[in-house]
Amino acid sequence: MKAEIVELILESLREQSAVSAHPELAAPTPETRLLGEKAVLDSIGLVSLIVDLEEKVAARFGKEIVLADERAMSLRYSPFRRVESLADYVVEKLEAAS
Amino acid sequence: MSAGVAIVTGSRKGLGKHIAERLLAAGWRVEGCSRRPAEWSAEGYTHHELDVSDEAAVVRMVRETVARHGRLDALINNAGIAGMNHLLLTPRSAADKMFQTNFVGSFLFLREAAKAMSRQKRGRIVNFSTVAAALDLEGEAVYAASKAAVESLTRVAARELGASGITVNAVGPTPVATDLIKLVPEAKIQELVRRQAIPRLGREEDVWNVVDFFLRPESAFVTGQVVYLGGARG
Repeated sequence: MKAEIVELILESLREQSAVSAHPELAAPTPETRLLGEKAVLDSIGLVSLIVDLEEKVAARFGKEIVLADERAMSLRYSPFRRVESLADYVVEKLEAAS
Repeated sequence: MSAGVAIVTGSRKGLGKHIAERLLAAGWRVEGCSRRPAEWSAEGYTHHELDVSDEAAVVRMVRETVARHGRLDALINNAGIAGMNHLLLTPRSAADKMFQTNFVGSFLFLREAAKAMSRQKRGRIVNFSTVAAALDLEGEAVYAASKAAVESLTRVAARELGASGITVNAVGPTPVATDLIKLVPEAKIQELVRRQAIPRLGREEDVWNVVDFFLRPESAFVTGQVVYLGGARG
């Protein structure tokens, strides 16, 4: 399941490359940073990614999850730090929803 | 805004029903909700039974609305409950209930609607405050506080969502003769009305007028505002 979610996130990032100039967005990896100074997205871009991902996850897995977290903006603890940590977080939410 | 798709919360009766009907008459498609089944129906109207503070139910309703119509143009965050009591006699359960419906309900609908609207890069959100918040009315501490929270939400959301083409405003009605105020003593209502610049009860159409203004295409540059009816000022 995690591999599929990583792919959904990467797909969403590649789609965002059409509206963002960041070079890494066109070829993101599981290590790509989503938060902080070296992030490929600004805060609006991160919100767009989360909104898009909620929709993609609902379409792929048939479950409505909300990706909101108190640690969202924490550089150390946020589940939105990198593609991989975000995928782990989505897996956690999907498991909790079943 | 020309006729589109709107969500109106608390649309079973009172102001919510009035607003839903006015939108339908103007050609909008409307999805409404309340805890109990709708007592009315109309072409273009879909009703959802839910508690506005139930996160999963709110997420489902907004996503169903967008899936059905392919868009969401306006959210009218009308659902609310009122209560009047001396501060020292107000049970904690009343405070919880009022914040859950008035603030948490508005927050959840705003968050989910704004997600859909941010993808479209346009949208209008109208929250509901009250003159009780502006007038610091005695006996309405918890109600006024829950609506003051809605006003802060309105102003901050306007800033966070402005770049996404979404406006967020609030209307602050005076008492209107609906079920919301049926338990408030008549003398208290009169006392409140006397503190307004125009001392009369509000009408449903007074509230609709402000909602309609916020939804108009020409109001695209109006955001973060709270408009009180009747000339109420703090």
